[in-house]
Amino acid sequence: MSAISTMSVLTGRSMKHILRSPDTIITVCVMPIAMMLMFVYVFGGAIKSALPAGTNYVTYQLPGIMLITVASGVAYTALRVFTDRQKGIFSRLHTMPISRGAALWAHVTTSLVSNLVSVVIVVLVALAMGFRSSASFLDWLAIVGILILFTLALTWLAVIPGLTAKSAETAGAFSYPLIFLPFLSSAFAPTATMPLVVRVFAEHQPVTSIVDSLRALLTRQPVGSSIWIALAWCVGITALTYILAIRLYHKAA
Amino acid sequence: MTPATTTTRAPAIAVHDLRKSFRDNQVLKGVDFEVERGEIFALLGSNGAGKTTTINICTTLLEADCGQVQVCGHDVMKQANKVRQSISLTGQFAAVDEMLTGRENIVLIAQLRGVADARATADALLTRFGLADAADRRASTYSGGMTRRLDIAMSLVGDPEVIFLDEPTTGLDPEARIEVWKAVQELAASGTTILLTTQYLEEAEHLAHRIAIVHQGVIIANGTMDELKRRFPPAKVEYVEKQPSLEDIFLAITAKEAAK
Repeated sequence: MSAISTMSVLTGRSMKHILRSPDTIITVCVMPIAMMLMFVYVFGGAIKSALPAGTNYVTYQLPGIMLITVASGVAYTALRVFTDRQKGIFSRLHTMPISRGAALWAHVTTSLVSNLVSVVIVVLVALAMGFRSSASFLDWLAIVGILILFTLALTWLAVIPGLTAKSAETAGAFSYPLIFLPFLSSAFAPTATMPLVVRVFAEHQPVTSIVDSLRALLTRQPVGSSIWIALAWCVGITALTYILAIRLYHKAA
Repeated sequence: MTPATTTTRAPAIAVHDLRKSFRDNQVLKGVDFEVERGEIFALLGSNGAGKTTTINICTTLLEADCGQVQVCGHDVMKQANKVRQSISLTGQFAAVDEMLTGRENIVLIAQLRGVADARATADALLTRFGLADAADRRASTYSGGMTRRLDIAMSLVGDPEVIFLDEPTTGLDPEARIEVWKAVQELAASGTTILLTTQYLEEAEHLAHRIAIVHQGVIIANGTMDELKRRFPPAKVEYVEKQPSLEDIFLAITAKEAAK
């Protein structure tokens, strides 16, 4: 059996997990939606005064919320990898005459699909709240591309605790700091208003360049150099975590 | 190329001078045994004796430090994929996907093994292991014995020549244990070679044609139950008068002193 067909059989299996426990998608969406409601309806009015006149704040904060959605979604990826390791499913698969990497790639594919579904749900809620975009078809392609790269980076990162955690609770814990990274970025308020130390951190961490690129694409502004910095971060994190994850995976029996 | 005759004549499993250490911990210190085709062979030993390590090396999950291991005539290190085509592993914990139904679990393995009619294979195995009524229920609702039977059924997909069962009854209640024993005996009746590990002498005696006792990384005895029994003196009953130890006396005296 080819690696591709093995992977598609195994992806079908983990997609069944998601369809049968839709609560995993709902739990992932609830928190970002709640934050979006809070930012738009509680802080939004005050923050708007620091933004250029006529800024649509729902659109402004949406990129950050999208990243938070993915960051909380990959906790389930870690959990699914952990469960397969703990239950001996990986051991069973590794003693079968099939591609060894297929089992892990199936989890990665499932993570991509389920996180994109979550992001779509969040975007639909944003639409109802007044999100509007002038982005062209090509802009949207670029947006989806960046989100896929970001999800890949966090997914391979999530595989590492999935393969090493001692308990199901700790497998997903790595995602908490990731969820908070957008708060220390340009996602919800312009970095110019922040104190120096916070500002230096905010302007040089990966989330800011990704948020700035997504926001520019959504509002048809020039993306400038931020998109290249964003791509470099995503590709760099993916490469690093991929190498580490694969090494751990082949070491674990 | 290996001539076809060696694969048919070679023992199902041949392990010679197998050694494995984890850091400073020498788990296997030169293990030797052979399992004939169609035989049920038990590795009997306590926790930490090296049973699971042996199984993991035989099933290509782990690499040996030194020694030769052949399964169906194929070297586990050099021809891992050929070995994987001839074996299946039922690990220490039931490797069942609890989110899927019993039938879906078997169909999944059948698809991965490229079995032509996955559904028919699943139906046959579910009936054979008494799971037909529960076939469309999620595996999470199964009892311990049912889960283990499903686990074993999944291992039979594609008719592997050699089946490894790592402590198939550990953690099961007595009733479930008997269910699993029945399943194993049925398997052997169909001519499959089985290597199982267990901590229970009773289980080894009940199921296996031959038993090897593993202790601290070496095999200290190997033979049929009768052969093993002959090597040990017959059981005898002795009456022993138990003298109090110095500690007992000390405790008794100090207790009296304290009571005064």
